[in-house]
Amino acid sequence: MALSGLFLVVFLTQHFVINMTSVISPATFNSFSHFMGNNAVVQFLLQPILIFGVVFHFVMGFVLELQNRKARNAKYTNYKGSANANWMSRNMILSGIVVLSFLGLHFYDFWVPEMNYKYVEVLPLDPDRYYEELIHKFESPVRVGIYALSFVFLALHLLHGFSSSFQSVGFNNKYSKGLQVFTKAFALLIPLGFVFIALYHHLNAF
Amino acid sequence: MKLTLKVWRQANATASGKMVTYPIDEVSPDMSFLEMMDVLNEQLIQKGEDPVAFDHDCREGICGMCSMFINGEAHGPDRLVTTCQLHMRKFKDGDTITIEPFRAKAFPVIKDLAVDRSAFDRIQQAGGFVSINTSGNTQDANAIPIDKHDADKAFDAATCIGCGACVATCKNASAMLFVSAKVSQYALLPQGKVEATDRVMNMVTQMDEEGFGNCTNTGACEVECPKGISLENIARMNREYLTASVKG
Repeated sequence: MALSGLFLVVFLTQHFVINMTSVISPATFNSFSHFMGNNAVVQFLLQPILIFGVVFHFVMGFVLELQNRKARNAKYTNYKGSANANWMSRNMILSGIVVLSFLGLHFYDFWVPEMNYKYVEVLPLDPDRYYEELIHKFESPVRVGIYALSFVFLALHLLHGFSSSFQSVGFNNKYSKGLQVFTKAFALLIPLGFVFIALYHHLNAF
Repeated sequence: MKLTLKVWRQANATASGKMVTYPIDEVSPDMSFLEMMDVLNEQLIQKGEDPVAFDHDCREGICGMCSMFINGEAHGPDRLVTTCQLHMRKFKDGDTITIEPFRAKAFPVIKDLAVDRSAFDRIQQAGGFVSINTSGNTQDANAIPIDKHDADKAFDAATCIGCGACVATCKNASAMLFVSAKVSQYALLPQGKVEATDRVMNMVTQMDEEGFGNCTNTGACEVECPKGISLENIARMNREYLTASVKG
């Protein structure tokens, strides 16, 4: 879980950087997107690895949740979980399911049309289409709302998961406090940045 | 103090249990929680009822036998104490207190509040020791210089009394804090390093076989541990386990 989670954090960072260019420079965004969408290494090596990483992470999450539920076959009548652990750490499965549902919508919005464009309809290469496709998706206030809500849950997931993954791989030393600050800042700023991008394009559409 | 106790009553391991309410008065704030339970049991015996079974032994926070889940927390609302060190002054007159056994598949209820924690014994037997020559030629442990920092950390880990509060409080019923304390207390010392690979592999394997859950780093175990065993031990055990797995 920890290693796949750390891998997905790296992916999230590069995704954020590319998305952020759509706010700064549409031409740069188109150029990055065209590269990512047509480079053979990205498409046929990195993309399958990413899909494997995502599937492994959520399947393992469900497996661990089932094992953990089985480990306490009789429930307490009074269990004060908030007395000793924060909400995020106790509800990773909930925040994870919301993020997974969002991924379904995200695939439907971007990945499926992209696969359809390139491999089903086999339309001609158009390096300038990506920015237009992006801003078109953020016209709907409902979609932007769902995106924003999903990123709130991603932030909650990362607030525990990012720092927790270092503990799981055995990293707990004098640098851990500094790392905690970094992981918490990352967990808040990156999802907030994604929400900003969605809102920016939504508001600019009018 | 007048209190209302809601106590888990279960006749034996196979019977289905239930919460039973007992009003109790004449409880002194200076009593320990176990002394309050003694008062309850005296009342039950006088009425001809079956007293509540609960684990206890030293009653001074050393043995790790007392094991109640009080008002939703292992060893009750106080920190760094066992149930026997919890005093009634931590509660208010008129309070309702729920008292349940430590709950985990690996800690089956024997009767009422008494649970079978022999899973911890089996984990210890799987590797929680140092094999030494006891023929009379054993080297004095003090003959090997040990870094003070390591010695302190090993001692901190060794203060684990194996009460099981970590398992009871963890939402996953994970035993990682207990096992990591036992792994760490040896892994940090030169005498324990010799068998470190086998130890961590065998103890983790036994922990999994006992049916404990997985650690998701909520940190609840560290908060509720009466001896303040640190999560740092879990990270150390994870490092030991990863290293041992690579070594084969």
